[in-house]
Amino acid sequence: MASLVKKLFGKSKASANHAKERLHLVLIHDRTDLSPEDLKQLKDRLIEVISDYVEIDASETEIEIAVKGREQSLIANIPLKSPRKRR
Amino acid sequence: MSAKVVTVTSGKGGVGKTTTTANLGIALATLGKNVVCIDSDIGLRNLDVVMGLENRIVYDLVDAVEGRCRISQAMIRDRRLENLFLIPAAQTRDKNAVSPSDMINLCDQLRNDMDFIIIDSPAGIERGFRNALAPSDEVIVVTNPEVSSLRDADRIIGIVEAEEKGPAKLVINRLNPAMVKRGDMLSSEDVVELLAIPLIGIVPEDPAVLVSTNHGHPVVLDEKSKAGQAFVNIAKRLMGEEVAWIALEDRNGLFSKISNIFSGGR
Repeated sequence: MASLVKKLFGKSKASANHAKERLHLVLIHDRTDLSPEDLKQLKDRLIEVISDYVEIDASETEIEIAVKGREQSLIANIPLKSPRKRR
Repeated sequence: MSAKVVTVTSGKGGVGKTTTTANLGIALATLGKNVVCIDSDIGLRNLDVVMGLENRIVYDLVDAVEGRCRISQAMIRDRRLENLFLIPAAQTRDKNAVSPSDMINLCDQLRNDMDFIIIDSPAGIERGFRNALAPSDEVIVVTNPEVSSLRDADRIIGIVEAEEKGPAKLVINRLNPAMVKRGDMLSSEDVVELLAIPLIGIVPEDPAVLVSTNHGHPVVLDEKSKAGQAFVNIAKRLMGEEVAWIALEDRNGLFSKISNIFSGGR
C-alpha cells in the first residue's frame, strides 16, 4: 500500500525497501547454499532430463526458491507443450 | 531452584550483546531473581567494564574451569544488587582454554543456587560461540536493523536450530524510529519477517546507553530511558510475563501508512 502510494507519486525507492529485497535474496542463498548460478544450472539440467520424457516449453520454464518462515522449497513451473503445438 | 541458562549471541560484533547481557542481568536481579552473568569472550573481556565491576576481579572463568579457585570465588557480587553476580572472562588466554563440556559442567554447578545464568557470547561462529551455546536452555539473538548484522544473525539462528536449541528469540537493538518512519531503516516487522523467529524485545537507539556505559552503570538503572524500559520488558518476558510493546513512535503500523498517504509517501 505504502509502496504503491510512493510509486504513484514518483518517489524513488526508500533505502529500507531496497535493503529488505537484497536481504531476502541473500538469506535464501545463505540458507540453501545455492547461488543464482547453481540455480540456473539446475534449471538447465532439469529441462534436459524432463525433455527426455515429455515435450516442455523451455523458454517458459521457471524455477525459484519459495520461503515460508524459515523453510525453503524449490518451486518449478514447467509448462508442457500442448498437443496442437506439437504438430 | 533450577536456573535457566540464557545465551546472548549475534554472530556479528558490536551489535549490543554485552550491553544486552548486562542490562538483562540487572533487570532480572531488580525483579528479585538470583542472577549470574558469565563473560565467555575469553581474551576480549568486556562485561566487567560495562557492569562497572572491573576493579573487583580476582579470579576468572578459566581459573574456575581449571580448578585454581572455587566457582564461588570467581563470582563477583554486584555493588548495587546483592543477588547479582559476574563471572569475568580471562583476559590473557584464548577461546580454547574452555570447552563446551566445561561450560555445561560450570552451569550445572550453578543451577541450584541461581534463577538465571546469562552467558555473553563472543562474536563469530567458532569455538567461543560453541562454548556459549553448549549449556544454553534459551538463546537470545541480538541484531541491529541493518544488512550485515541481520545476515550474520540468520547464520547464527540456523546453527542454533541445527543444534536443536531453537527457536532462538530475537532482540532488535538500536532501532531508530525516525529513520524507520522515513523509510531509511528496516522496521521491526521487516526484521521479523526476514529472520522468522519470535521477537522478545525492541530496544530503541538511545544516547543514554553510551552515557550510562561510560559510568559503568547500565541504562536499565535509568528509569527515564526508553532503552532501559525496553530491557526491563525483555527481562519480564524471559520470566514468562506478557508485556505490552512500547510505542516507539512508528512501527510501520496503520497510522504511519495513513500518514504516508497524506504526506505523499515521505
